[in-house]
Amino acid sequence: MTENLKRLFALVAIIASMSLLAAACGSSDDAAVSTTSDAAEADDASSDEAAEADDASPDDAAEADDSSSASAASGDASGDDPLTLVSWGGAYQTSQINAYSDPYTAKTGQSFIWDESSADAVAKLRAMNEADNITWDLVDVVGADAIRLCDEGLAMEIDFDSMLAKGDDGSTPTEDFGEYLVSDCFIPQIVYSTTVGYRTDLVDGTPADICALFDTDAYPGKRALESRPLNNMEWALLCDGVPKADIYDVLATDEGQDQAIAKLDTIKDDLVFWNAGADTPQLLADGEIVMGSTYNGRLFSAIEEDGQPIGMLWDAQMFDFDGWVIPAGLPEDRLERVLDFLNFATDTQRLADQAKWISYGPARASSAPLVGQHADLGIDMAPHMPTDPANATNIFVTQYGFWADYRDDIDAKYQAWLAG
Amino acid sequence: MASRIETGATTPMTTTFEEGEILTADNQPLSVALRKALFRQKVRALLLIAPLLIFVVVTFIWPIFGMLWRSVDNSVVPETLPRTVAAMESWAPSGAGDTPPEAVYAAFVADMQIAADERTHTVVGGRLNYETPGIASKFRQLGREVGDWDLASDGPFKEKLIETDEAWGELFIWDTINTYSGNYTVGYYANSVDRQLTADGISARDADEAIYLRLFWRTIFMSLVITVLCVLLGYPIAWLLSNTLDRYANLLLILVLLPFWTSLLVRTSAWKVLLQDQGVINSALESLGIIDEPLPLMYNQFGTIVAMTHILLPFMILPMYSVMKTIPRSYTQAAKSLGATDITAFRRVYFPQSVPGIGAGAILVFILAIGYYITPEIVGGSTGIFISNRIAYNISSTLNWGLAAALGGLLLLIVMVLYWVYDKFVGIDNVKLG
Repeated sequence: MTENLKRLFALVAIIASMSLLAAACGSSDDAAVSTTSDAAEADDASSDEAAEADDASPDDAAEADDSSSASAASGDASGDDPLTLVSWGGAYQTSQINAYSDPYTAKTGQSFIWDESSADAVAKLRAMNEADNITWDLVDVVGADAIRLCDEGLAMEIDFDSMLAKGDDGSTPTEDFGEYLVSDCFIPQIVYSTTVGYRTDLVDGTPADICALFDTDAYPGKRALESRPLNNMEWALLCDGVPKADIYDVLATDEGQDQAIAKLDTIKDDLVFWNAGADTPQLLADGEIVMGSTYNGRLFSAIEEDGQPIGMLWDAQMFDFDGWVIPAGLPEDRLERVLDFLNFATDTQRLADQAKWISYGPARASSAPLVGQHADLGIDMAPHMPTDPANATNIFVTQYGFWADYRDDIDAKYQAWLAG
Repeated sequence: MASRIETGATTPMTTTFEEGEILTADNQPLSVALRKALFRQKVRALLLIAPLLIFVVVTFIWPIFGMLWRSVDNSVVPETLPRTVAAMESWAPSGAGDTPPEAVYAAFVADMQIAADERTHTVVGGRLNYETPGIASKFRQLGREVGDWDLASDGPFKEKLIETDEAWGELFIWDTINTYSGNYTVGYYANSVDRQLTADGISARDADEAIYLRLFWRTIFMSLVITVLCVLLGYPIAWLLSNTLDRYANLLLILVLLPFWTSLLVRTSAWKVLLQDQGVINSALESLGIIDEPLPLMYNQFGTIVAMTHILLPFMILPMYSVMKTIPRSYTQAAKSLGATDITAFRRVYFPQSVPGIGAGAILVFILAIGYYITPEIVGGSTGIFISNRIAYNISSTLNWGLAAALGGLLLLIVMVLYWVYDKFVGIDNVKLG
C-alpha cells in the first residue's frame, strides 16, 4: 500500500510540474507579425480554440523564434529588451518602420517589436490596466481613441515642450503642432483622411463629387463603405441636401439619424462593408467594387506603388489625426527609453521622412517644406497629401465631441440597419 | 437479512450475524469497508486529475464566472457617485418636470469633484451614455469646471449646475442615474433582448434599434442548417472511410485531416477567392454562359453557411467514423442473409447503430458553429453575421463590456437549454465517440 502511494505521489508531482511548465511556455502570445490586421485579433478571440489549439503552439514557437532572430540580426546591445510598438499594420506600419524605428535602431541599437493591434487598442489597454500588466510601450491611435484613453487615465499626460524636440525652424512643439494637439496625452504624427477611390476603367467618366457614391444610375456597381457609421452618416446627409454647416446639428436628432440611414438604404443592395483599411484597395483591385472609401494613404499605395487603375476622389474628405500615446503606468526604465525614442521619432525630419513612404501629411508645420519625393518611386509627395490645397477644397474635420456622445446611439441604429 | 444458500455452496469468506451484518476478514462491517475503499479510490483518481482540474478551473470556469459577474455588475455608478446615490434614495419623481432636490445636486457636485480628480468621471459618464446618449459630454464638460468650486460657499448648486448647462435641469440624466444606482443591474440583460430598463421598469426598445433577438435567432438557425448539412455531407464520407479497404481508408483519412494543418484564416480567405463576384465560381459560370450577372454568393448567409460547413465538416466526420468503425460487419451480413434488401439492411440494422456517432458529431458541430466568429466576420457581410460578432464589437469598439458579457451569458444559457432539450429527446448517453 505505501509503495503504491509513494509511486502515486511521485506521478502527481511529475504531472503537476509538467502542466505548469506547459502553461508557462504556452503563454507566449503578442509576439507580433501576423499578416492580417484586426482579423488576426479576431482569430485569438474566436471560440474556435479547439481547432486552433494545435495550430497555436507551433505558430507561437515559430514567431518567438522569428522575433528573437530578427533582434539578433539587427546587431544590438539592447536587443534582449525590445520596446513594443503598436500600430495598424499594412503600408502605414511599413512607413513607420522605415521612417522611425529602423533609423533609431541603426543609431542606438534599440530593437522593437511591432504589434498590429491598434484597432483594438482602447479595449486592450483597458484590460491591461485592470490586470495591472502593461505590455505595450507606445501605441498608435487615432484622435478619438486618444481622447478616450486620456479621459479614462489610461494614457500618460505629455509635457509637449519638454518631452518633444523643437521644430527645425526653432518653434516650440506646442507652436509647431498647433491645433493638432487635440488632447494632453496625444502626440500627433500624421494628418490623414478617409476618401473614396474608384476604378477608372470600370466607371464612365470621372466622379465629380462625393454624391457619386449614392448615384447608382451614373456609376453602377458595388461600393464599399466602412462598417462603422463614422463618415458615412455625414456623407449621406450631405448628399441628401443638408447644408454642410448644419450636418452635426441634424445628426444629433433622431429624425436626422433616420434621414441619413434612409439615404444609405437607397444603395444598400450595392454596398459591401469593410473593417480594415486594406480591404477596399483589395476589393478595388479584384474588381469586386467600382468605388469604395478607405484611408487616402492606402489608395496612394494601390495607385502609385501597385499601379492599379484607381482614381482618387478628394471631395468631402474626412480629416482625422493619427499619433502616439504612451500607456499610463509604464515602469521607469521603459518610460525613459520610450521618451527617448519618441523625441527622435516625432522631430521635424522624421515626420517629413514618413511622407516618403506613404501619402499622409506630417502633423508638424515645420515638416511640410521638407516633404520631398517618394523613396522608391521618386514622385513628388506634396500633391498627394490631404492638406494639399488642390485636394482640400471641401474637407470635413472629425468632430470628436459629437461622436463621443452620439457614437453609441447612432451605432445601435446603424448596426440594426446593417443586420436587417 | 440472513439468506440461506440451499444448494450447499461453499461458505464465503464472511461470517454472518443473525442481524444480517456481513463482516470482512478484519472484522469491519462490509458496507463500511466498501465505502472506505471506494472513497480511497475516488481520492486517488482526484489526485491524478488534480493538476488538469485546477488548470481548467483557473483558465476556463473562473473566467466564465468573471464574465457572468460583469454582466450584472453596476458598481461603477455607486462607487463613483456614492453621495448622489444615497441622496437619491429619498427622492421620487412625482411628475415629468420634477427635478431632484438641492441635496441631490450638492451631493452630486461633491462626488464629481472627487471623480474629476481621479479621472473616473468620464468612465461613469460613458457607462450612463450607453443607456441615454448625450450624458457623456455633460459629465466631461462638468468635470473640467467642478474642480474650481468650493463646496461650502458656492451653493446652492442646483442653480449653479443649470447655469452651466440646461441639461442638468432636465430629468433624463437624473432618471438614468437613479435607474442605474444599485450595485447590480439587469439593464444589460434587458438590452441584450432588445428591451430597456427605465425608471418605470422594463420597456421595449424602438424597432430600429432592436437587433439582438434577430441575431440570436439567425445564429441558431444558421448553426442548425450547418449541422444538418454537415450530417448529410459527412455521413457518406464516414461510411466510406469505415467500409473500404484499409489502404484507401488511410488515404481518405489523411485527406479529411489535411485541412487541420491549414490555418483557419487561410481556409476562410480561400472561400473569399472562390465565392466573390469576380471569383472562381462566378467567373467559371459566366464563361460557360450559364449566368449573365454574378451570383451573390458571398457577404450574405449563403457564404457563411458554405464556408462554415466546409470548415466544420471534419468535426462531423471523425466522431461518425469512430463509431462506424465499431459496428460489426456481421450484423449487416446477417440481415442480408435473412432476406433484407441493401436498403432495408442499412435502414434497420446499420443506421440505428451509427446514430450515437451522428449525435456526437452534431453536438460538436452545433456548439462550435453557434459561437463562431471569424468566418462570419470575413464572408458574412452584414446579413450573415453571428451574435459573436456583435459581442466582439461590444468588447473592442463600444467598450460596453457589460452588454458583451450579458450577450455571452445569454448565449451560454441558450446552449445549455438546447443541450437539456437534446438530452430529453435523444439522451446524452446515446452519444458515443467510438
